[in-house]
Amino acid sequence: MSDPRELYQQVILEHNKKPRNFGKLEACTHHAEGHNPLCGDELDLTLIIENGLVQDIKFQGSGCAIDVASASLMTGAVKGKPVAEAEAMAEQFRGMVRGELEPGTQTPLLGKLTLFSGVKDLPSRVKCAVLPWATLHAALKGEAEASTE
Amino acid sequence: MTEGDRLLATTRDVPPGTPRTMPGQSPAIAPVMTTTLPPLDIAAIRKDFALLSRVLRGKPVIYLDSAVSGQMPLQVIERMVKYERDEHTNVHRGVSTLSQEATDFYEAAREKVRRFIGAGSIREIVWTRGTTESINLVAQTFGRMVVKEGDEILLSAMEHHANIVPWQMLAQEKGATIKVIPMTDTGELILASLDELITDRTKIVGVVHISNVLGTVNPVKEIIAMAHAKGVPVLVDGAQAVPHLQVDVKDLDADFYAFSGHKLSGPTGIGVLYGKLAHLEAMPPWHGGGSMIRSVTWEKTTYLPAPGKFEAGTPPIAAAIGLGAAIDYVSALGIDRIAAHEHDLLLYATERLSRIPGLRILGSAKEKASVISFVVEGIHPHDMGSLLDGEGIVVRAGHHCAQPIMTRLKVPATTRASFAYFNTREEVDFLVSAVEKAIELFK
Repeated sequence: MSDPRELYQQVILEHNKKPRNFGKLEACTHHAEGHNPLCGDELDLTLIIENGLVQDIKFQGSGCAIDVASASLMTGAVKGKPVAEAEAMAEQFRGMVRGELEPGTQTPLLGKLTLFSGVKDLPSRVKCAVLPWATLHAALKGEAEASTE
Repeated sequence: MTEGDRLLATTRDVPPGTPRTMPGQSPAIAPVMTTTLPPLDIAAIRKDFALLSRVLRGKPVIYLDSAVSGQMPLQVIERMVKYERDEHTNVHRGVSTLSQEATDFYEAAREKVRRFIGAGSIREIVWTRGTTESINLVAQTFGRMVVKEGDEILLSAMEHHANIVPWQMLAQEKGATIKVIPMTDTGELILASLDELITDRTKIVGVVHISNVLGTVNPVKEIIAMAHAKGVPVLVDGAQAVPHLQVDVKDLDADFYAFSGHKLSGPTGIGVLYGKLAHLEAMPPWHGGGSMIRSVTWEKTTYLPAPGKFEAGTPPIAAAIGLGAAIDYVSALGIDRIAAHEHDLLLYATERLSRIPGLRILGSAKEKASVISFVVEGIHPHDMGSLLDGEGIVVRAGHHCAQPIMTRLKVPATTRASFAYFNTREEVDFLVSAVEKAIELFK
């Protein structure tokens, strides 16, 4: 079991304090709301998808540092990417934080997002890290809501 | 010798009913409660709790989560092991010596509960699975009987979900409405509103004795008197109260009083519903089955008198006997001495935590139990919970099954430390420095 402090690296703390892509896209093509009933985390995700690409993405809401940093880093990572690649990243992220995929070798699309791999040692926090990705998945599927329950 | 063997060895050759020496107290000292009793011997008490010497990630466990579940002393665990090893059978069954013996222990535990909460008769003590089931029982029997369409159920603003949801379900079924006794920002119920809130349509009042989030000790005796003046019965959720203060249901004049074993140093899976006998006699049974009947024919079933008619099926016998042992344990320590020790920890922790810049304690009622909910600017309670966990400190982070309080106080969640009789000031110091360390990390 690792020290939770190892998860709270500077990158995560910094993105929590100054989240990127924070806000709402009024002219969005895709939208979903994410809820983590256990924590009360709320996430509102808006996207503009054109020609099969994530042209723009923004999130707003409140949550813990893991949730907010995960959303901030996710929006940066999928912006400009093909929808299929964003979906594949969501798959890899989910596998990684659940400890099913080896960070790096088995998650080639994630890049620096492997810094969330430590979440697997904090089972109660896996849902916090996954919420933005589950919400992205729902939005891309045309579902209005995502829940980690 | 394994841990299990060791447990068994310590209980071997002890005939049933042998009085056990209680912790923190030499056998020579009679368990009489007076104000001159010496303070608790915490070092001796801590030896009864194996978990307190566990080490997690190289750090000793600091258990500040007794409001979630109290720890069970070895004496309680041993008593349950003894039942399962030497005495196990069913109760109220047949003529065997074993069954009679088990029945005696089981019913003796009921008598211990009766005495512990000052009830008049053991017929007023119903075994349940816990506070939640106790309240559901009342809602589904008494509630169904008295609540009609257009009626009102009055609850307080600081209820646990256990004392909200069963009533909402009933209200929905009956077309009744839920009304709420408001509270102040400091976490005290506004009693002045009661006169207006209790109307001729109010059929029951449900109020928590001690708030699991705010620590507020509600003036339930006063609330009950006000409700009774208008002829309205009152159910008290005592889950957090029985471990911390001397409850006397007759003095309170409570119609129903519900609590759980596991918050009272006992096991999970057992709880109590106290109800005034007249109510219990008037109420229909809830679950049907074996153990709760007088006679069954294809045409008609007649039921046992209370409490039997509410206790269908085989009960959690070991848990009931264990709860009896837990009552022996805390009674020997003395609820007054427990309360005094916990109050000292509450004052000390409040004083130390409130000096931390950016930290806000929720709940500052004049009458408060040893529960401290707090939020820290810029740090979500779940992050705080994880970081404290990394230091071996067990606290609760979340909405504490009391979401309406979170909404009322405009916070998504809180971090909560709750103190029991085995906690120390040194542990409070560890909590304070771990909180400071977390704040430093988030700077």
